[in-house]
Amino acid sequence: MSNLRNIALVAVLLISRAMPALAASEADFEAAYAAAEAAEKDAGTLRNQWTTTEAELAAAKKAAAAGDFDAAIAAATEAEALAKASIFQATSETERWKDAQIR
Amino acid sequence: MPSTIRVRAISSGDLTEVQALIQHPMDSGFMTDAQGATIPAHFIQELTFECKDKKVFVADWGPAVSKDPYVKFSFKGAAKGDDLKISWVDNKGATDTITAKIQ
Amino acid sequence: MRVGMLFQSGLIALALALLAQAAPAADAPDPAAEAKAFRDYFVKKFPKVKLDDFVNGPYSMNEDMRKQWQQKEQFPPYEFALEAGKEMFATRFKNGKSYADCFRNGGIGIRQNYPYFDEKEGKVVTLELALNRCRETNGEAPYSYVEDEMASLTAYMAFTSRGRPMDIKIPNDPRALEAYENGKRYFYTRRGQLNFSCASCHVQGPGERIRAEILAPALGIMNALPIYRSEWSGMGTTSRRLITCNSQTRAVPLEPQSDEYRDVEFYLSYMSNGLPISGPGARP
Repeated sequence: MSNLRNIALVAVLLISRAMPALAASEADFEAAYAAAEAAEKDAGTLRNQWTTTEAELAAAKKAAAAGDFDAAIAAATEAEALAKASIFQATSETERWKDAQIR
Repeated sequence: MPSTIRVRAISSGDLTEVQALIQHPMDSGFMTDAQGATIPAHFIQELTFECKDKKVFVADWGPAVSKDPYVKFSFKGAAKGDDLKISWVDNKGATDTITAKIQ
Repeated sequence: MRVGMLFQSGLIALALALLAQAAPAADAPDPAAEAKAFRDYFVKKFPKVKLDDFVNGPYSMNEDMRKQWQQKEQFPPYEFALEAGKEMFATRFKNGKSYADCFRNGGIGIRQNYPYFDEKEGKVVTLELALNRCRETNGEAPYSYVEDEMASLTAYMAFTSRGRPMDIKIPNDPRALEAYENGKRYFYTRRGQLNFSCASCHVQGPGERIRAEILAPALGIMNALPIYRSEWSGMGTTSRRLITCNSQTRAVPLEPQSDEYRDVEFYLSYMSNGLPISGPGARP
């Protein structure tokens, strides 16, 4: 009885571990990339984009084109984080720059 | 066509100090352009300074010398008014030569 | 009565509006005072450096580099670009006119007045911008702001002004003051993933090393441009330098001659008023 339960438990664990791999689809990538792109566009409006954000976006696109959606989503998520950081930088610097001024 | 060689030779007592600036791409053959194509090797192989029919300085150059090379050296046995002849040959067989008076 | 009250509130509104205009903005910049403070900061930080010497960038900060530079100046690496620039400047356009027709004094000895604030346009005009406008007005295609031709042309114009003191004017125009403020803000704002501002290196770090390079002080930094950089194996424009500084802090560069770049050139040049033009320069 407990053997069956163990097998069932292992099976559930295996299937649940397999779930993320199955879930990484092109649709998920498109969503992640769109979010990253939107954030980078906002950074562009603030005239404060980072070269590393652009590099991650390019890497995401390249991985997706090769069919590696796991890597593509990881890169797109990283790109979104970088873009948001650059927006934070631009926003906080609108006041912070004054601290650096020679008086 | 203006000369690729700029030279100034100044005599002071026994010594003549020579400075020369030569216009040449000195491409090593290891660099690639923006499209990724190799820029072919194009560099001065031999640079010669002659005074009174004697070679006072001969340089055997290769890809390690940078673009628009500058040379400075001193030699004995010449006087103000003597002619100094400079010539170079590159790996494509092109040459240039100039004669300047020692000041 | 209703009309009376409206009239009264209208009067109050008008009075308030007038008061608001009459009262100076709490943080109205005083460029002259700021330029003096800027100069004093560097003079105090480097008491052994003569004021005029700041225009020599890293050579004013390091004796060994200065010796190497002085030797090179006997036969400067920018000679070829300078000669090319002189020739280009003298060559007529297809329509028979030349650069001399676009500039005061035929374009000779005027570099120290750039950039200037154009009150008709309401914007800062740099020398590079003026040169390309001259070309376009005369039916010629504009040059790239980051390549050899513009570098050679501006090298020649800088050379004709060598020794003359930088002389940037801020006209009594709120838009000019705004451009100055924009430039100042750009200079001190951190950007790029490396989170550096221009000031991070050139105010906090002059004389210090960044990798193998010695940083130049911000005071006089515009005076030596355009520069022959050994790193570039060639002559580079102000636009090119601003763009590469951006990418070096991992910031996506703006378009050459963007408002921000024009304004920061305006600000920095004004800060260096009185210091001599040393361009074209040579740098590692």
